[in-house]
Amino acid sequence: MVIGLTHYLTVAAILFTIGVFGIFVNRKNVIIILMSIELILLAVNINFVAFSTYLNDISGQIMAMFVLTVAAAEAAVGLAILVTFFRNRGDIAVDDASVMKG
Amino acid sequence: MLQSIAFFLLAAVATVSGLLVVTARNPVHSVLWLILAFFSSAGLFVLLGAEFLAMLLVVVYVGAVAVLFLFVVMMLDVDFVKLREGYARYLPFGAIISGVLLAEMIMVSVAVVQGGATNGRTPVEPSLDVTNVQAIGRVLYTDYIYFFQAAGIVLLIAMIGAITLTLRHKPHIKRQNITDQVNRDRNKSVEVKSAQSGQGVSAEELL
Repeated sequence: MVIGLTHYLTVAAILFTIGVFGIFVNRKNVIIILMSIELILLAVNINFVAFSTYLNDISGQIMAMFVLTVAAAEAAVGLAILVTFFRNRGDIAVDDASVMKG
Repeated sequence: MLQSIAFFLLAAVATVSGLLVVTARNPVHSVLWLILAFFSSAGLFVLLGAEFLAMLLVVVYVGAVAVLFLFVVMMLDVDFVKLREGYARYLPFGAIISGVLLAEMIMVSVAVVQGGATNGRTPVEPSLDVTNVQAIGRVLYTDYIYFFQAAGIVLLIAMIGAITLTLRHKPHIKRQNITDQVNRDRNKSVEVKSAQSGQGVSAEELL
């Protein structure tokens, strides 16, 4: 059986869906939400690299690198916000974090 | 043949560990499953011929991001059982949405591939005259140099933001004040007193 582009796109779709599912069910736990976002970005990266390979174009891998950069920055800032939030509230339940609603 | 086996193995491990990330009861286990998912995805990248990105994934995600998650999860003293409230309530809704999303995405993928997204292109052969790293380097520092610089700025701002957010000044700690130290001169710190011979200087005079 030859592994084609469809197989990689399917794996990426499954990982993306798992990420979305994780955000849905773990609505209070912001750590798991951040991890789900990482999974979603990973799925996007798999898509980029798969297309890059099957279209024989290196640009997809460059884009995947930039996605990786943004994901790392996002994780750092997100966790910093989380630590600050925990210091102020003593809890990380995000569903009652409505201070900024105005 | 072996390639197919490797693909299915890595894909299955990535999918199952991804699912366990969002369903594990203990967030520490979630982080460990996340590491496994990243490793398997790195394997998929190697299968696709993107060795540099695979190594980058291991270094950046497993080495930095996952360890950062692990630190934060272990550092925060949170009642994680309480945070799982509403899990069962949102489960059916989330499952429906996810199922629809997955069906749509797979359908689009199959349609795009069958519609000839890759027609006329040959996949990257592993034995070219340039390696993957060389190919990336040739493009990254020429065509994408501004994007590369922008990525650096993004990381810099993220670093500054993270430091600014988590830095706090405790009030009762003695800190070095470099301005005071540097601006201190002889007149402020030394005083010459003339003492009578045989009498010396008493403590009251010094004050």
